Amino acid sequence: MFDKILIANRGEIACRVIKSARAMGIKTVAVYSDADALALHVREADEAVHIGGAPAAESYLVIDKILDAIKQTGAQAVHPGYGFLSENKAFAEALDKAGVAFIGPPAGAIEAMGDKITSKKLAAEAGVSTVPGHMGLIEDADEAVTIANKIGYPVMIKASAGGGGKGMRVAFNDDEAREGFQSSKNEAASSFGDDRIFIEKFVTQPRHIEIQILGDKHGNVIYLGERECSIQRRNQKVIEEAPSPFLDAKTRKAMGEQSIALAQAVDYCSAGTVEFIVDGDKNFYFLEMNTRLQVEHPVTELITGVDLVEEMIKVAVGEKLSLKQKDVKLNGWAMESRIYAEDPYRGFLPSTGRLSRYRPPVEQVVDGITVRNDTGVYEGGEISLFYDPMIAKLVTHGPDRLAAIDAMGDALDNFRIDGIRHNIDFCGAIMQHARFRNGALTTAFIDEEYPDGFEGAPMDSARIEELAVIGFTMSQMTQMRATEGSQVLAGHQFTPDVEQAVQIDDLVFTASKSAQGVVLNGVDIEVESEWLPGDLFFFGAVNGKPISLVVDRHSEGYTLTGRGAAVKVSVRRLVAQEAMAYMPEKTDGTSDKELVCPMPGVVVSVAVEEGQSVKAGEPLAVVEAMKMENILRAEKDLTVIKVLCAAGDKLAVDEVMVEFE
Amino acid sequence: MRDIVEELEERRRIARLGGGKKRIEAQHGRGKLTARERLDLLLDPDSFEEIDMFVEHDCQEFGMQDNKVPGDGVVTGWGTVNGRPIYVFAKDFTVFGGSLSRAHSKKINKVQDMALRNGVPIIGILDAGGARIQEGVDALGGYAEVFQRNTLASGVIPQITMIMGPCAGGDVYSPALTDFIFMVRNTSYMFVTGPDVVKTVTNEEVTAEELGGAKVHTSKSSVADGAYDNDVEALTELRRLIDFLPLSNRTGVPERPTFDVRDRVEHSLDTLIPDNPNMPYDMMELVEKVVDEGDFFEIQKDFAKNVITGFGRVEGKTVGFVPSQPMTLAGVLDSDASRKAARFVRFCDCFDVPIVTFVDVPGFLPGTSQEYGGLIKHGAKLLFAYAEATVPKVTIITRKAYGGAYDVMASKHLRGDFNYAWPTAEIAVMGAKGAVEIIFRNSTEEEIAEQTSQYEERFLNPFVAAERGYIDEVIQPHNTRRRVARALALLSSKKLDNPWKKHDNIPL
Repeated sequence: MFDKILIANRGEIACRVIKSARAMGIKTVAVYSDADALALHVREADEAVHIGGAPAAESYLVIDKILDAIKQTGAQAVHPGYGFLSENKAFAEALDKAGVAFIGPPAGAIEAMGDKITSKKLAAEAGVSTVPGHMGLIEDADEAVTIANKIGYPVMIKASAGGGGKGMRVAFNDDEAREGFQSSKNEAASSFGDDRIFIEKFVTQPRHIEIQILGDKHGNVIYLGERECSIQRRNQKVIEEAPSPFLDAKTRKAMGEQSIALAQAVDYCSAGTVEFIVDGDKNFYFLEMNTRLQVEHPVTELITGVDLVEEMIKVAVGEKLSLKQKDVKLNGWAMESRIYAEDPYRGFLPSTGRLSRYRPPVEQVVDGITVRNDTGVYEGGEISLFYDPMIAKLVTHGPDRLAAIDAMGDALDNFRIDGIRHNIDFCGAIMQHARFRNGALTTAFIDEEYPDGFEGAPMDSARIEELAVIGFTMSQMTQMRATEGSQVLAGHQFTPDVEQAVQIDDLVFTASKSAQGVVLNGVDIEVESEWLPGDLFFFGAVNGKPISLVVDRHSEGYTLTGRGAAVKVSVRRLVAQEAMAYMPEKTDGTSDKELVCPMPGVVVSVAVEEGQSVKAGEPLAVVEAMKMENILRAEKDLTVIKVLCAAGDKLAVDEVMVEFE
Repeated sequence: MRDIVEELEERRRIARLGGGKKRIEAQHGRGKLTARERLDLLLDPDSFEEIDMFVEHDCQEFGMQDNKVPGDGVVTGWGTVNGRPIYVFAKDFTVFGGSLSRAHSKKINKVQDMALRNGVPIIGILDAGGARIQEGVDALGGYAEVFQRNTLASGVIPQITMIMGPCAGGDVYSPALTDFIFMVRNTSYMFVTGPDVVKTVTNEEVTAEELGGAKVHTSKSSVADGAYDNDVEALTELRRLIDFLPLSNRTGVPERPTFDVRDRVEHSLDTLIPDNPNMPYDMMELVEKVVDEGDFFEIQKDFAKNVITGFGRVEGKTVGFVPSQPMTLAGVLDSDASRKAARFVRFCDCFDVPIVTFVDVPGFLPGTSQEYGGLIKHGAKLLFAYAEATVPKVTIITRKAYGGAYDVMASKHLRGDFNYAWPTAEIAVMGAKGAVEIIFRNSTEEEIAEQTSQYEERFLNPFVAAERGYIDEVIQPHNTRRRVARALALLSSKKLDNPWKKHDNIPL
């Protein structure tokens, strides 16, 4: 066994690898860029080596720097994680040359599977079902149209070197095929420096289902069931689960065996994933093979009990797989939410910055429910613009699918992140979504269910009443405490009104305290609360049903966040509630049609153009003053009519920079 | 007997109707509450006791003798806020437009006198049409009687004004003499002369909102200390502010039970200061992690954002916080920020509210607009305010404390009681590059770079100051709350007197 391994990665996956290595008694070496000097993976590892500047191209992607770090620390093997150098043939070869083990597949397998066209050919030869399409490269738009007609619309136009949704277009007719070919080609050229394009059948009601395989250096390959990753936004996975709610044993077996065949065809070892697209009739087609550990590997680990990182390390040493195919049993159901630094309420705008609060749910196994949180951050850490915006992977496991979903809902309610925007509410909303709960998924789920964006999960009346009684209970607690201060008129202590009003959106309830809890609109509701003023979470129960919420205070009550929605609960005296009828509708008060420079300074950059529409929160310009860069953001949704400044301009305070419609 | 009791109830009923149903409806139609409704929301239920309900004016001119309404346009009395007493007066717009007559001003004077004698805060709610023109000089005299009492009460009892409608002409000066002014967005405005006169005199066309709305006064003129969306929210938040304030300069700060532990450790503060000294960070995070339960009442939130002022509690007791805000203008001190912080520091000192200062200040803002605007005197106000303050002063330098700004921000030399620094503190005359360019004036670029790094190493840290005792201790950021709590607990018995004087002569 290795004594020391180096992890050529960062963030949660580096921490994940460190965890398994440590459990095996192996020392770990982290590498880090300028931006990651204080990162969690650096803190967790036994040793850490600085490898360069913040951009990945100056650090995590530089093979020589990793090799230097290996030399410096005497690491005997390298785990590449995912992304960065994990599927880089040159890296695997360089390690081989240096006599250092690569904890992953052989360079040949990486190369064979690294190219979409080659891998598809190999798959077809190995008897793997592939999407009907044109294998060769396409010269021009006319040829694209001819081929598209041969395959039959709709077709998918794809960049050979593509990934992450870049350089991909769907065409339903000749015009779209022509246009899609050109834009895919351009995008591919600029994103990957490789503008080769191919065309294949576009699968309807598609689901993304992938097979986890594991092989050793002795020719043994097994499959560890599947994962379904159909909940995607712009081809970025958001929710993953294992097993798939769609597959039957027969299809699973067929997919698994074909995956093994493909792996054996390229002498695969270590962990790998064969991705398929599955249509509504359970026809499955090979998409690609990822020759590395996958982001969503934890769901497989939780249903199979196999530690994939541990297995990868053992395989790299040359050990035989301890498991045979017949030993692989799928147990229960696992669900994963990727917690991203993006704002679902504002078109999933990315968000970066400091995690002023980071309070994940407790990782535990209680009553057959597992909660696991793979993360690479901590409270006070930074989500940097240089890397992937993923904050954490929250994973739950239960005896069946609904149990795993509900456990995920609960865990998300116990997750608090402040300082940056995040998608916890969005993941929470999906866990409540009837179609998701029914398992009726396709990769278009998010586009179909949230065509106009996300505004928080809908609530039924029972949920609203629960929040009303909780808000009232918290307010009572706060009001009672306010009366317990000093300097009160002795003997004239004040008691808050027994009956008060609770408002949520346009609904108004009357509430009063009772022995067991709260009487809401005449109905006695039992409430248990552990909440004290200042607590960041509410933990308690309503009519015996446990409820957790993230709590924020506002001037007239609390904003309670849980089950995918942030709900403003206002608690007022009855007279104040009556008075609300006369209060004017809230306007945002900004008649402002211009962005003015808030301070004397120099314009560093202008982010908008004339005619452009911007959403609230999007950057408009950057002004440097007192040697500091200040990002000026749109206060509401706006359309730019005129840009009156340019980079380098020196501006006085209140000078108009941009005019809006 | 029974008849008399019934008559009393009838007279009360009439008095409470003020200007009558129609006017009340009109008031509601404008999105405003009546004077009595406002007092009902401000005060604890059933705690209001009205004074002078039946007072009427004695004007004999312009037919006013036939036009009398009990109360005469202002509702006065006292009540409690969370059990603590306050005096109140609220202008009743439904009666003579809330205009000020001799009788009206006498009513206000009476509660002003009672509040001062009693050592209890007074809150004024304004929504009025100015002077009762029919009364002529009596109205002018009435204003001055109010002003005189505002001035005498200043620094003895907290005085707060809530502007909830028009407030113009003579009406504006009483608020200006009080400690805090709050406004309601879109329904209140304040100015000395209204848009019509402005047009005649200066030819400027301007609306009431543009001339003196809540936005103008909270962000441009700094006349108002805060603004709210409507009457209900404004009065709710006013109750919250009152909870923080002492009753008078004799009582000390109020105290309430808290569920927050005094030695709460916040490890995330260890990474609050960015590696790059030119990157801003949000000082409000430190404030929220130091105060009890994250509860902070900010004063002048929209004005001179480079310095924060506001009230929080530590171990249940009120503390005034004056943190720099590097998010705006790098936290520099300019004229506006100096005036804002100076006035807040003096309020705290008047009423025995301890002051906690968080310092990250690169200096005073250079430039002609600042110098022409009198930065020297405005900066001196803050210096004066800190220097004269005898309340407990705890100061923590988080990052930059350069030049004169180091001196001003409650330094040891200005009788700071506990002066702490985070390890990230840089206490120096100026930034390294600037300093080296002066000291090594004729050097090459390479030499300057070399000297700069030496200067940084030697001076851009808290240790030079700590070696001289200007900093009492360099503390771990994560322990800041515990350090502040212990310092304030110890200082609760602090006794310090300034030399006797009639009053000081702050550079106004």
